[in-house]
Amino acid sequence: MKFISIMLAGVLTSNFIFMQYLGLCAFVGLSEQFETAIGMSGAVIFVMTFASTVAALFEQFILVPFGLEYLRTIAYILVIAAFVQLVEIFLKKTAPSLYKALGIYLPLITTNCAVLGVAMLNVKNDYGVLWGTVNGLAGALGWSLAIVIFAGIRERWKFMNIPAALKGFPLALISTGLMSLAFLGFSGLFKTVLN
Amino acid sequence: MSNRSLIGEFTKGLIEENATFRMVIGMCPTLAVTTSMVNGFWMGLAVIFVLTFSNVFVSVLRKVTPDEIRIPVFVILIAAPVVIVELVMNAYLPDMYRVLGIFVPLIVVNCIIIARAEAFAYRNSVIRSAFDGLGIGTGFMLDLMLIGAIREFLGTGTVTVGSMVFPPKPLFEPMAVMLTPPGGFVTLGILMAVLNILVQRSASKKAKVEA
Repeated sequence: MKFISIMLAGVLTSNFIFMQYLGLCAFVGLSEQFETAIGMSGAVIFVMTFASTVAALFEQFILVPFGLEYLRTIAYILVIAAFVQLVEIFLKKTAPSLYKALGIYLPLITTNCAVLGVAMLNVKNDYGVLWGTVNGLAGALGWSLAIVIFAGIRERWKFMNIPAALKGFPLALISTGLMSLAFLGFSGLFKTVLN
Repeated sequence: MSNRSLIGEFTKGLIEENATFRMVIGMCPTLAVTTSMVNGFWMGLAVIFVLTFSNVFVSVLRKVTPDEIRIPVFVILIAAPVVIVELVMNAYLPDMYRVLGIFVPLIVVNCIIIARAEAFAYRNSVIRSAFDGLGIGTGFMLDLMLIGAIREFLGTGTVTVGSMVFPPKPLFEPMAVMLTPPGGFVTLGILMAVLNILVQRSASKKAKVEA
């Protein structure tokens, strides 16, 4: 039950892009083409899930036992940066084809606030290692859903006559706002499912 | 190397290289915390502090930082002032700290700060970097306050600053949607579009005068 509720919350009702404003730079920057969006989604799902595991382990076995919670921000960003670097080296050696597909997106993820954000939210909600990982996966799936839908919409702009003042960022933000309005409708569904 | 005057380094951040409207970076906090003007002010103040100190630290160490590992070095140098802000805010402004939530620690991965470290502080002197950080940070704070004021006014009907409320009574039925995420996206999108129109107008006027 907890699994279902965390998954539903992450993907629909508290979607990272539409409800929590996390990872917007990459969302707007990399959604111009469908393939790019898919590639980035793969990289984000992979990194965010395991980065939340690593961060939660770090929290449980290093920060809390030694009373270092006040260093959390520094510790997490270092852990995430090191983890991304490690994944990059590992993929290069063991799965070159996957590395080719995800390679250029990996360094970008270090500064994607969604990854650090999910680790912080896990601490705030007291999720621990297991549920923290599930929450990371759910958040990443929701982020990917958002960017893939949005890339689909953006590809159609090429055939449309858009007023000059709205071209680029303004229209991107307004259409994200409309999609976010649609996602706001899911909040009712979630309450019905739980009760 | 930049050849502006020190005042120029400060004022360029207000309009010419404005973080939100010209460079379009650091959007997550721009939208997340701007449900009221006061929130925007405190978030902006935190960013000014972090940006100024991270720029100074990066600039001081720019000659001894190896090129290959500069990004991890920047991240550590940025994380230090962020932790200071976090602890100070938690101690003296606990309510505001709760409202801003995870977006205070997330200043560490804010693109504005890394972008200024990489594009400016890594190449310029300490004093220049300090003024650049102050300027870009102030510009960002004004953006946040503008967006916050618009959303607060439309969403609640009034703008509250301390104990002052303006106007004292809402003039129209408040639109609560402006305080939700969709309202934030649409407000920023429309503001940017209006700015684009203004820029185009002044550009075409200039062209007419020259012709």
